[in-house]
Amino acid sequence: MSGPGVGWYLIVAAMLFGVGALGVMLRRSPLIVLLSLEIMLNAGNLTLIAFARQQGNLDGQIFALSVMAVAAAEVAIGLGLIVAMARRGMALDVDRASVLRG
Amino acid sequence: MGNFLVWVVWFVAAAACLGSGIAVVTMTNPFYSALSLIGNLASLAVLYLLLAAEFLAAAQVLVYAGAVMVMFLFVIAYLGGRADAPWAGGSPLLQTAAVLAAAAILVEIVVVLGLAWGDELNGSAEISESFGSPAEIGRLFLTDHLLAFEITSIVLLVAAIGGVVLGSTKESRAAR
Repeated sequence: MSGPGVGWYLIVAAMLFGVGALGVMLRRSPLIVLLSLEIMLNAGNLTLIAFARQQGNLDGQIFALSVMAVAAAEVAIGLGLIVAMARRGMALDVDRASVLRG
Repeated sequence: MGNFLVWVVWFVAAAACLGSGIAVVTMTNPFYSALSLIGNLASLAVLYLLLAAEFLAAAQVLVYAGAVMVMFLFVIAYLGGRADAPWAGGSPLLQTAAVLAAAAILVEIVVVLGLAWGDELNGSAEISESFGSPAEIGRLFLTDHLLAFEITSIVLLVAAIGGVVLGSTKESRAAR
């Protein structure tokens, strides 16, 4: 293949995953946690697509597309939860949302 | 020459990707974080194009950078974009642990990659012209991966219903 090999893409994906994991663990605003989660999902997607290219097999791309759909569903539910939390006057802080009772 | 250009495009896209990813995590204003994520997703789409995933690159821009991020920005606007500093609150012990855990994940992945580094990892299969094209993806979705396709549609339907249920209030239910 001309240009960078699959390993280089995997390194970018690893760094992205690390950044996303850092955001999920460090940030307290649920919105930023969701955004960081998206970064992690996309890092996984990049890995799937890189390996699909390496193997010459489209199954990886199909998997990545399914991940995209699940991520969209997760964002819809996650944002719904955040809006519900804000409506009830709860603090938008993942550390303080420790009970499931509404 | 073409080879060199691919490297340049890869490098720019990867740098933009990592830079905007770090911006998402470090920005204090959630609005700027969401905008940085759009940049992140767009530069990822460029990487997908380099990996011969044309349809996925288009879907990434349309679904993610378009639809999902617009939803994010609407919610952030609705909530009033309360700023919170990345390091604000929380015990320093937990924050150190978070940084260490993230670094550990990164080191683990890089070490595993380093162990596997070589021609086997970096070689790539010969692919046909239609690899990653919408027609090919659609054909696979309706033949080999029909179950995944149907399950995806159910997941999206359930998520849509869940969003409506979570968004409804006592008043809006009483009005019906």
